[in-house]
Amino acid sequence: MDKVRIIEVKQSVFENNDKKADALRNKLKEEKTFLLNLMSSPGAGKTTTLGQVIDRLKDKTRIGVMEADIDGDVDAVAIAEKGVKSIQLHTGGMCHLDAAMTEQGLNELGTADVDFAILENVGNLVCPAEFDTGAVKNIMILSVPEGHDKPLKYPLIFTVCDALIINKMDVIDFFDFDMDKVKEYAYMRNPNLKIFPICAKTGEGVDAVCDWLLNQVNEWNK
Amino acid sequence: MHELGIVFHVIDAVKEVAAENDAKHVNSVTVEIGEVSLVIPSYFEDCWKWAVSKHEIMTDCQIKIDILPAVTYCEDCQKTYATVEFGKKCPHCGSDKTYLLTGNEFNIKEIEVV
Repeated sequence: MDKVRIIEVKQSVFENNDKKADALRNKLKEEKTFLLNLMSSPGAGKTTTLGQVIDRLKDKTRIGVMEADIDGDVDAVAIAEKGVKSIQLHTGGMCHLDAAMTEQGLNELGTADVDFAILENVGNLVCPAEFDTGAVKNIMILSVPEGHDKPLKYPLIFTVCDALIINKMDVIDFFDFDMDKVKEYAYMRNPNLKIFPICAKTGEGVDAVCDWLLNQVNEWNK
Repeated sequence: MHELGIVFHVIDAVKEVAAENDAKHVNSVTVEIGEVSLVIPSYFEDCWKWAVSKHEIMTDCQIKIDILPAVTYCEDCQKTYATVEFGKKCPHCGSDKTYLLTGNEFNIKEIEVV
C-alpha cells in the first residue's frame, strides 16, 4: 500500500489565470495589437454598440472581433456583415472567458493584420469580472431598462472596468433611471471610471466612445 | 455556470502539482473559499463530483472546503469590521471609504495523494 502524503499547495486559483493574462498582454504589446474586453448583461446592446463603433472606426484602424457565447453564431454573422474580420467562440456552457481561452481565440482570429481586437464576452455581470482575459482595457455597457442600482448589486464589474457605456438613452423617459445616482454609485466603486451615455440604435453619443477607444488603441500600439 | 469554470481551474492546477510530486492518485483536495468570493460552496461541491470523475488520477477525489471570513478596513477610522454584516459602510464611523482586506480568496490549500 502506498503511503498517503499531504502536499501543501497554497496557490490562488485566480493566480494562474492572472499570470497567463499578464503574459498575453505582453505578447499583444509586442505584436502591437490592442485588446478590448466588452462586458454587459445579455441584451444590453453589446453587438449593436459594436456595430456603430465599427462603422466609425473601420477605416481608421484594422478591427477584428471575437464573439463569445454559450452557443449560436448570430453575433459573429452580424459583425461580419459590417465588413470586419470576426469569429465566434463557444464557451461550452461556461459563463465567462479566461486568459487561456482568449489566447486561443486570438490565435484563431489571427492578430498580424489586426490593430484593434475586440472580445465580446459572454453576457453576464458576475463571472467575466472575476477572470482577467488579458485585455488591455475593459469596458461595460449598462442599459437604461436594467436600472441605476446595478453598481450596488454587481460591484466587482464596475471596479474592473475602465469605461462604462450607458446605453438606450432614448428610452430614459419611460424608466425610473436616475442618471445622477448611477454616476454616484459607479464612482463609489471606481473613481477613475469614464462614463459615456449613448443610444446605440441611433448612434447618439457613440462618437465620444470612438474617440476614447481610438486614443487607447493608438497609445498602446505606439 | 461559474463554479464549473473554477472547478476546471482547480483540477488543472492540482493535476500539475500531483505530476510534479509523482503522485499516483489524488485522494482529497482542500480549498479555502472567501466568504464574499462569489463562489457558492454547495454548487462547487456538485460540480466537483461530476468533474473529477472525468480524470483518472482524481476519481472519487474528495473536496474539503474551509471558509475564510470577510473583513473590511476603514480608511477614515482605521478600524476593521465584518463585511457580510455591515457591507460597504463602516459601522464604527459611518464612512464609506472602505476596502476589503480578506474574503474574496479562492486558494488551493493542500492535497492528499498516494
